[in-house]
Amino acid sequence: MADTADPEQQTAPEPVALHGCPLVVAFGQRVLFVPRDQYAKVVKALLADGYEMCVDLTAVDYLQMPQRTVPDGVVAERFEVVVNLLSLKDRLRLRVRVQVPEADPAIATLFDMYPGTEAMEREVYDMFGIGFTDHPDLTRILMPEDWDGHPLRKDYEVGQIPVQFKGAPN
Amino acid sequence: MSILETIEQGNEPEQGLKPRSELTARELLREVGAVLRLSEAEVAKLGDVPVDPSEDQTMIINMGPQHPSTHGVLRLMLELQGETVLRCKPIIGYLHTGMEKTGEQLTYMQGGTNVTRMDYLSPLNNELVFSLAVERLLGISDDIPERAVWMRMLLSELNRMSSHLLFMATNGMDLGAVSMMIYGWREREEVLRFFQKVTGLRMNHNFIRPGGLAADLPAGWRDDVLGLLGQIGPRLDEYDVLMTGQPLWRDRLQGVGVITAQEAIALGATGPILRGTGVPWDLRRDQPYLRYAELDFDVIVGSYGDAFDRYAIRLNEIRESMKLVRQILDRMPSGDYRIQNKKVTPPPRARIDESMEALIHHFKIFTEGFKVPEGEVYVAIESPRGEIGCYIASDGSPTPYRMHVRAPSFVNIQCLPHMMRGGLVADAVAVISSVDPVLGEVDR
Repeated sequence: MADTADPEQQTAPEPVALHGCPLVVAFGQRVLFVPRDQYAKVVKALLADGYEMCVDLTAVDYLQMPQRTVPDGVVAERFEVVVNLLSLKDRLRLRVRVQVPEADPAIATLFDMYPGTEAMEREVYDMFGIGFTDHPDLTRILMPEDWDGHPLRKDYEVGQIPVQFKGAPN
Repeated sequence: MSILETIEQGNEPEQGLKPRSELTARELLREVGAVLRLSEAEVAKLGDVPVDPSEDQTMIINMGPQHPSTHGVLRLMLELQGETVLRCKPIIGYLHTGMEKTGEQLTYMQGGTNVTRMDYLSPLNNELVFSLAVERLLGISDDIPERAVWMRMLLSELNRMSSHLLFMATNGMDLGAVSMMIYGWREREEVLRFFQKVTGLRMNHNFIRPGGLAADLPAGWRDDVLGLLGQIGPRLDEYDVLMTGQPLWRDRLQGVGVITAQEAIALGATGPILRGTGVPWDLRRDQPYLRYAELDFDVIVGSYGDAFDRYAIRLNEIRESMKLVRQILDRMPSGDYRIQNKKVTPPPRARIDESMEALIHHFKIFTEGFKVPEGEVYVAIESPRGEIGCYIASDGSPTPYRMHVRAPSFVNIQCLPHMMRGGLVADAVAVISSVDPVLGEVDR
């Protein structure tokens, strides 16, 4: 699609924004980059726009990719929380990407708007160590309660991990 | 921030259901209101459960993690007052094997072997969504040969049939209709026999791959499929006689595990759970992928959102899938079964014997894999259990930087506390069964 576009349009791309946040179309999918402090507010506005279902909430640890492409005005941080919203009525999808710094890995919960994010946020907490403020039950969900570390972080080594279980002989 | 501070101090909170005396009023309200945010007045209006029984009237018991009717190692903590379920909390993770972390170590070529093991009852749908996501990143989505596309649809629909047939079996078993269990497994085995002929394996096929499929359909496949359809069609009518119309079956399912459309949407439930509430949402129709837009089929919806609706939807979805398979048989084009793009397709076996370059190319593709451009993409399709999505973030190397699968069962299982609240313990089994979770996919 981009190859056949008019060259004039290519030189002057129209800045697209939604609720004041940069909106990018990548691989035919719409991606909204939301600053962390406006996250809850923007998602609430999106819910009012008709995105009634939060299909997926996950995160990526970009430790080994600090130079990745982000739109102007967005500062790439180590973690990124990725939320996929769906509008059943308009049959539209929208992906929200929020930068979360390593120094303060915490972000607002979406539980009040989408109760279905409860388990997904617990999974992100469990796997990445990103806290969700005001989440009603922020506990590990897939790993045992007493597990050390967050496995999907890029600095968490694979293989050769001693089995950690309560009362297991070493 | 209080909970985050507690965690920082090294005190990880426990996962289990807490006794009432240890809960704050707010947490209790949330759990009694069963996940949905209800105000105190709204909870009181629900009426069917005493909002705050004293603690000596209730008890917390574990169901599982090895209960035969929990479809895998699912553990439920139930708070009971007599036979009534007041609160319920699913505790998962017993099958967690770090498949998303494993996915970061495997090349895009090998990734199929990993994702196919997540939802082991619909492996071909897992492979399909993974392949579609990789193809989207590679920019070759529109170049997949027609035959490959139609073969993918054929396998996907047959897999939907086998998965729903297994649901018929387990649902029957959970409710005491043990003969149904035998029949469901028997019919599913017929479908798996066809899969074995096509892919070489009954399950975990790794047959749908980025760029197309692993091999063409074997000789005589059309007769096999027609034989299969001829066999399963009348058997479905037998199921109707055995179960659908029976008063016992209806009494066990009707009005059990009711959920409304609003609640299902808020909880992110998809698939038969959402359709059971009357919301006609099927990605095959509403966001068509492959060539589903060209086919004629109905989206089955229910009216009451109870366990019986979910049973009836799955039974009729088998019939719809059979309708789709017949159309696919009529329209199956000839041609190549995988894309002839040297970047992603290994050279054919015969070429390796005669060309050194082909041998090197073959070796490179299987050892290093192929590079995928930087970017991130989310692709979703309709699996038998709901929306299965694949989120891949690529850094331009031959392995995904991050591979996440949005598992429908993982999200659907959150409906359990809501469906069970105020029901009987005996109905809890019917409710678990009607959600049809696959724990391999829940825990990944």
